[in-house]
Amino acid sequence: MNKINSIRKDWSLIETLIAEDRKILDIGCGDGGLMEQLENNRNAITHGIELNRDLAANAIARGFNVVHGNAELDLSQYSNNSFDYVILSQTLQAMMKPKDILSELLRIGSKAIVSFPNFGHWKIRLQLLISGKMPVTESLPYTWYDTPNIHFFTIKDFLNLCNEMNIVIEKSIGLTSKGKQFDISESVTGVNFFTHEAIFLLSYKNFEPIKIKSSKKVFAKNSVIAN
Amino acid sequence: MKTKFTTDTKLESEIAYFENINLKLQSGDIIDSFKLAFKTYGKLNADKTNAILVCHALTGDQYVAGNNPITGREGWWSRMVGPNKPIDTNKFFVICSNVLGGCAGSTGPKELQNGSDVAYGGNFPSVTIKDIVKAQSLLVESLNIERLFSVIGGSMGAMQALQWAIDFPDKILNIIHIAGALKHSAQNIAFHEVGRQAIMSDPIWKNGKYFENDEVPERGLSVARMIAHITYLSENAMHRKFGRKLQSRDIISFGFDADFQVESYLRYQGKSFVERFDANSYLYLTRAMDYFDYDETFRKKIEFSQNPNNHLKYLIVSFTSDWLFPTIESKMIVNQLNSLSREVSFLEIDTDKGHDSFLLEEPQLDCVIKGFLKNNFAKIDE
Repeated sequence: MNKINSIRKDWSLIETLIAEDRKILDIGCGDGGLMEQLENNRNAITHGIELNRDLAANAIARGFNVVHGNAELDLSQYSNNSFDYVILSQTLQAMMKPKDILSELLRIGSKAIVSFPNFGHWKIRLQLLISGKMPVTESLPYTWYDTPNIHFFTIKDFLNLCNEMNIVIEKSIGLTSKGKQFDISESVTGVNFFTHEAIFLLSYKNFEPIKIKSSKKVFAKNSVIAN
Repeated sequence: MKTKFTTDTKLESEIAYFENINLKLQSGDIIDSFKLAFKTYGKLNADKTNAILVCHALTGDQYVAGNNPITGREGWWSRMVGPNKPIDTNKFFVICSNVLGGCAGSTGPKELQNGSDVAYGGNFPSVTIKDIVKAQSLLVESLNIERLFSVIGGSMGAMQALQWAIDFPDKILNIIHIAGALKHSAQNIAFHEVGRQAIMSDPIWKNGKYFENDEVPERGLSVARMIAHITYLSENAMHRKFGRKLQSRDIISFGFDADFQVESYLRYQGKSFVERFDANSYLYLTRAMDYFDYDETFRKKIEFSQNPNNHLKYLIVSFTSDWLFPTIESKMIVNQLNSLSREVSFLEIDTDKGHDSFLLEEPQLDCVIKGFLKNNFAKIDE
């Protein structure tokens, strides 16, 4: 798959995770391609953030609600739970603080959709093993010194982080390098080996309210971790 | 409300007369009757959905495009407004009115007081951006337009656009807010104060009564303009344009003539301004800008005045080299709108032309305004 096809494929899979008539924030929205798709096919209300000035200008000129800005600095301005979905498509590995971003996504959105190239794919492992040099692949096409991707991680790493942060994986889709699609949670062996790109639908664990009995009142507290 | 309309052939403007309307101003003063001079471009469609109000900046006027009979030059935004221009008059009906307190035909200090043959001068009541917008809303109403498609403005025009969003959110669909802010900053007030002091310390000003002897406080007003003009540019733009180049000479004069091109340019700006602008109007309108302040209150105003289902759209644009209304000020508006999850777009355009960029050749500004209007209009036109 070339880069453009792979993004298109990514978008169409993201679309399958999204219900009708929802409010969506697309982080790193480019010129609004995914927003357009979700408005047309899912009747979504879309907002976007884009770091690149020219892409942001194009998106605005195409009529989308796009803020030219840096997600790592600007996400704090959004209120808790102000979107149904927050999408981060193929960008987590380029973030300075991926963990902070992840918790921001789930603070702003009821659900988050995160997609990323899997650094644990067998081709990447093989390249590093054999050549002893940093791998360059179709989904990670940059040399080490000029790559925007500064945090490489594998599916296993991501699952561990989600577990640590009490994040629930509601759905997970894997893609092989040939574009074959499968459900990551149902595949037992070799997932981290064969998944070329992964897409996750995430939410926070919904804890049962803790009820504290006192003689006068019953306090209810939802102990969901907010930050 | 009955509004009388006439055409002033000398001003090449339409005039709307609002008589015995008792317009209550923010100061508490009341103007019983007033008039607004305005121009329109393009045609209002049958459903009246294509009207755009363009708000002019401090020293602008209703001549947004076409010929300006006062200066004999092209309108101040003719590169932006016209057939096939970014604000396309083949498609949109564009209205631009001279602000209340202005001096291009609307009621202001230069005009005669109601029922007398003396001009207002310093007796004109203090006007604010809110008052200016209230007067505009009466004009829009009298043109039988229920809802404007867009309100667009830069600088003081941006303040008016924001005021429309605050006071009349149900009467507009979107605003384009260029090089503006939630408040006029201390530094900006300071520059205005220097300008006002220049005017008021001109002996010809005479407490605003200079018109009684048919005089104009030219020196004061031109100095005010020269100071203001510096704030509209940037150091880089000034350096690129003038550097240390000398004006009509090869060697310095060791005197106080305009040796440098930049001096000569500023003198020219001051001189030509005096011919077209009223000194009292300048005092009143700079004050209107100074009083503009929604720093603390904007969020609440927007939160409580608007139904979230009202899809009012905001396009906020700033320029990297604008130090009068820097990007950080625009971002404050964007932050607050985002915190209320309003439909906001924001772009900081990279240019060295300073605050004046919105009036100059900036292809990205053209492209964004054109696309924003066209595509959002297509959405309501479906």
